[in-house]
Amino acid sequence: MEKTLKKYFLVFTLPTVVAFAFAFIIPFVQGVYLSFCKFTTVNNAKWVGLSNYKTAFSNGQGFTSALGFTVTFTVISVLTINLFAFIIALLLTRKIKGTNIFRTVFFMPNLIGGIVLGYTWQQMINAILYKYETTIVSNAKYGFWGLVLLMNWQMIGYMMIIYIAGLQNVPGDLIEAAKIDGATPWQTLIKVKIPMVMSSITICMFLTLSNSFKLFDQNKALTDGAPLKKTQMLALNIYETFYGKTGYEGVGQAKAVVFFIIVAVIALVQLSFTRSKEVEH
Amino acid sequence: MTSAKTKFSNKIIFVLLCALTVAILYPLLFILNNSFKGKFFISKDPFALPNSETFVGLGNYVNGLIKTGLFKAIGWSFFITIISVVLIVLFTSMTAYYITRVKSKYSTALYYMFVFSMIVPFQMVMFTMTSLADKFHLRNPLGMCLLYLGFGAGLSVFMFAGFVKSIPLEIEEAAMIDGCSPLKTFFGVVFPILKPTAITVAILNAMWIWNDFLLPYLVIGVSTQYKTIPVVVQMLVGSNGNKDMGALMAMLVLSIIPIVIFYLTCQKYIIEGVVAGAVKG
Repeated sequence: MEKTLKKYFLVFTLPTVVAFAFAFIIPFVQGVYLSFCKFTTVNNAKWVGLSNYKTAFSNGQGFTSALGFTVTFTVISVLTINLFAFIIALLLTRKIKGTNIFRTVFFMPNLIGGIVLGYTWQQMINAILYKYETTIVSNAKYGFWGLVLLMNWQMIGYMMIIYIAGLQNVPGDLIEAAKIDGATPWQTLIKVKIPMVMSSITICMFLTLSNSFKLFDQNKALTDGAPLKKTQMLALNIYETFYGKTGYEGVGQAKAVVFFIIVAVIALVQLSFTRSKEVEH
Repeated sequence: MTSAKTKFSNKIIFVLLCALTVAILYPLLFILNNSFKGKFFISKDPFALPNSETFVGLGNYVNGLIKTGLFKAIGWSFFITIISVVLIVLFTSMTAYYITRVKSKYSTALYYMFVFSMIVPFQMVMFTMTSLADKFHLRNPLGMCLLYLGFGAGLSVFMFAGFVKSIPLEIEEAAMIDGCSPLKTFFGVVFPILKPTAITVAILNAMWIWNDFLLPYLVIGVSTQYKTIPVVVQMLVGSNGNKDMGALMAMLVLSIIPIVIFYLTCQKYIIEGVVAGAVKG
């Protein structure tokens, strides 16, 4: 069977491979090469070695401060989203009436796109700040916490769903046994439930981590980096370097390569985490 | 088992969850409320309900639609999303089937490239991909669909391949012995079995493509007639310093309505699909 199928390789793989080459393979290879070049379009590239990378990390490029902002934002939002999502998941697995409606409503924000969400929250937050005669773009703290609030609002429902699925898989007799042994609800949570949903926790941690770290749309819509690029995240910083002013395309590409390497390292750590979990089971 | 104490705490939790529901829905109600107020009244008292003085009926909607051509954008968003999702489900399932069933260097290399593409952030390829799209005249809705097939290929092939592995070979072999060609075997026997994964893949890609901002913004651009919803919303805010808040509120409401309808009608599939995608991705 394999032999007959093998002759059909063009029919089965060509459309996907052509599209994949256009969208990913060629641009990726070109992108790595161009990060070592000075260029304004892909046709006038001149090899400059590592100078783009040096410029990327120099002062005035805002890359390192964007990295700092991104890391701080990611840490805070990963912790808050997962904490709240887990608590809500615990509350929704107690067979309280209306659970399904609550679940439906809490998950809904996840479906709305980043740009639309960003402007919705910008209007909301500004409406509150107008009372104090200020706006979200006047202070980097407002932008930071606004973004944290927005991400929580968007992602809690999503993570909650994964935690609920994990909690429902905890065998009931295990919890019964803990109760009979005299465990308090708190002890049952710490000693039984949390260890049993460790795989859900890993999934949610990494999902929120990579979503927060790569955030672009929400950042662009909510503050667009204002004031003075203090609320600019990495993805937005790279975008601005490419399209903000001509002559810095190579620097933008070098920043993109650095960004890619960080994201790839996060993914590899996640992979080794999941693999080691699989061995344990 | 339910003691009076748990009954009481369940009541408190119910009240808490209701409060949370209001908090989650509030930003959406906020823009809905303000979309019916005159633009000069919105910043004055953004939390008040419209009254006889501030109420402008559908004025903001009419204004916004004339300014942005949002209906047309909704049409193009539908067009691009539907065609792309059909192409992705069709072609990536075929590719995944081929590379799981035929063991060759070609298919192994392809598989690893698809997996690799999942961890590469969009910023890495956005500049080079845009110029490639320019060179090959892909800056139109159908070109966008091709690019989405390429960008969606990684996750989709990965998910289909995982499922194909679990299908026993005997069924296909029987079909082949009966004289079915590989194409007939795939569409007649294998694809129906893949249906649950196909639904998951379709939902994950539809949500992503419908909400995607940067790819259409860069490839199709702002000056053509093919703008999608997020691009139009971004333009409405980004273009003029003197913002028409009323029109913005109205357009945000109109952008959210299709997603909410989609969610409420296919809720079960969406939640299942998103969870399956999170666990496998």
